[in-house]
Amino acid sequence: MIQFDAVHKRFPNGTTAVHDLSLEMPEGGVTVLVGSSGCGKTTTLRMINRMVEPTSGTIQVGGKDITQQDAAELRRSIGYVIQQSGLFPHRTVLDNVATVPLLLGWGRRKARSRAAELLETVGLAADTGRRYPHQLSGGQQQRVGVARALAADPPVLLMDEPFGAVDPVVRTQLQDELLRLQQELSKTIVFVTHDIDEAVRLGDQIAIFRTGGHLVQCATPTELLARPADDFVADFLGAERGLKLLSLTSLAAVPQAPVPEGGTWTLVLDDARKPVHWASKSEPDAQIPVRPLKDTDSLLSALNESVASPTGLIARVDADGVLTGVSSRDDIHEHAGNAHTEARVAA
Amino acid sequence: MTIDWSWIADHTDDLTTLTVSHLQAALSAVFFGLLISLPLAVVAHRVRPLRGILLGLSNVLFTIPSIAIFVLLLPVSGLTRTTTVIGLTVYTLVVLLRNTVEGLDSVPAKTKEAAKAMGTRPLRTLLTVELPLALPVIMAGVRIATVMSISLVSVATYIGDGGLGQLFTDGFQRNFPTPVIVGVVLTLLLAVVADALLVALQYALTPWKRRRA
Repeated sequence: MIQFDAVHKRFPNGTTAVHDLSLEMPEGGVTVLVGSSGCGKTTTLRMINRMVEPTSGTIQVGGKDITQQDAAELRRSIGYVIQQSGLFPHRTVLDNVATVPLLLGWGRRKARSRAAELLETVGLAADTGRRYPHQLSGGQQQRVGVARALAADPPVLLMDEPFGAVDPVVRTQLQDELLRLQQELSKTIVFVTHDIDEAVRLGDQIAIFRTGGHLVQCATPTELLARPADDFVADFLGAERGLKLLSLTSLAAVPQAPVPEGGTWTLVLDDARKPVHWASKSEPDAQIPVRPLKDTDSLLSALNESVASPTGLIARVDADGVLTGVSSRDDIHEHAGNAHTEARVAA
Repeated sequence: MTIDWSWIADHTDDLTTLTVSHLQAALSAVFFGLLISLPLAVVAHRVRPLRGILLGLSNVLFTIPSIAIFVLLLPVSGLTRTTTVIGLTVYTLVVLLRNTVEGLDSVPAKTKEAAKAMGTRPLRTLLTVELPLALPVIMAGVRIATVMSISLVSVATYIGDGGLGQLFTDGFQRNFPTPVIVGVVLTLLLAVVADALLVALQYALTPWKRRRA
């Protein structure tokens, strides 16, 4: 657990970056710090590994006051991922990942074998290790950055806009990978971003900062979307915050029915009973694509699919992609409404 | 102007000795120049106010005429190889110091910050991150300093040293062009070969600069 207690940071030029911050970042959870630029979110992150020293207040990591430890040793025990990866251009990918193990005195052989293991963990081919950072794509470099941060298996991971410099498709992939990794590793992650969608996707807890280093609200994504503390938070969450909330609720509870017989449109299945597309009886050439949804998909995708479907029905499948039934637009709407009410009441 | 080839054949031993002595003087100067420049450059890079002073000082030293330096050094180290090397070293400082400072400046802030955030202490960051990344710029300075020193050694003929430069005075005094031409050719050859070797050394030391994707 990371604990901020009345932390204040004023820079020598007189600007206050962080104002009287008290905040708990739970162990094994992802805390996302969001806010527009200059709101103190990055300064807050950098105080955790003493890249910035607070003007007053205390910060504890795992119950220990960080100022009581040697700064370099503290940093080795905390993983750090920065934007555009900050990789060492003169070291191979493998040696980049082995940085902290080498600093900890593991010896070259052990450090490199650990590094090779991590490249696999973050989804990079083994031969990537022999290459230099400039020979990799932005997304690959970012993966190396994550592998490097994880190398010595630190309990805490600090990520400063790690996916800010990659294109949206790669960013979504990297976010998925981070969530998958986090399920395995359960690190205490502090993640800085200015992208609220990224915050909602990744965060177990989101802390919203306002210019001047004020923490405005810290809550779970559901709580935040259902009950923003003030207009600033509501504005920051955007006009579609109702829909964002639906992205957090799964489709599992929406009832399913068998595919109806008759009607103009029929759902065409392949031999393995996987949905292929909708076909029209009156116009044999007309085919409308179908994107089948699993129970783990969100109500937001269900809503989106039902709007696009010619029958208003969405195709539901099991984990293998085999059809289990369909759900109607009305049922999805009803559950979407319920999700909102429940979130408001619970929050 | 005709070349007396038999003179060359008769003096191969002398020419070899002079060439080796010439190269020794030049390389010693670059070696000591680096030894002095590296720590000074680190100081100039880190302590902004000292930067102008140190770079300015090296510029001033560079403007002293070479003969004057040797003369000024005579009371200290006399007519010796030491005088030659000290004089030449002074001249290497201007390029070596400036290039090393610029090399250190060229290291991306992001990279230094990453090193610090990983828990690398300042000295180790300097040795394993900053200097390697500054190497291409430093090596550019070393190449200039080496070629410059090789050409300057001849000036030390005035104090009885000067390597291949002795061939110039010899040929001039006897009105006999062959030693002068041989001296010039050998000096040029030395410079070209030394520079090529330094390029090869830099290639070997910077594997990450190859195979640009």
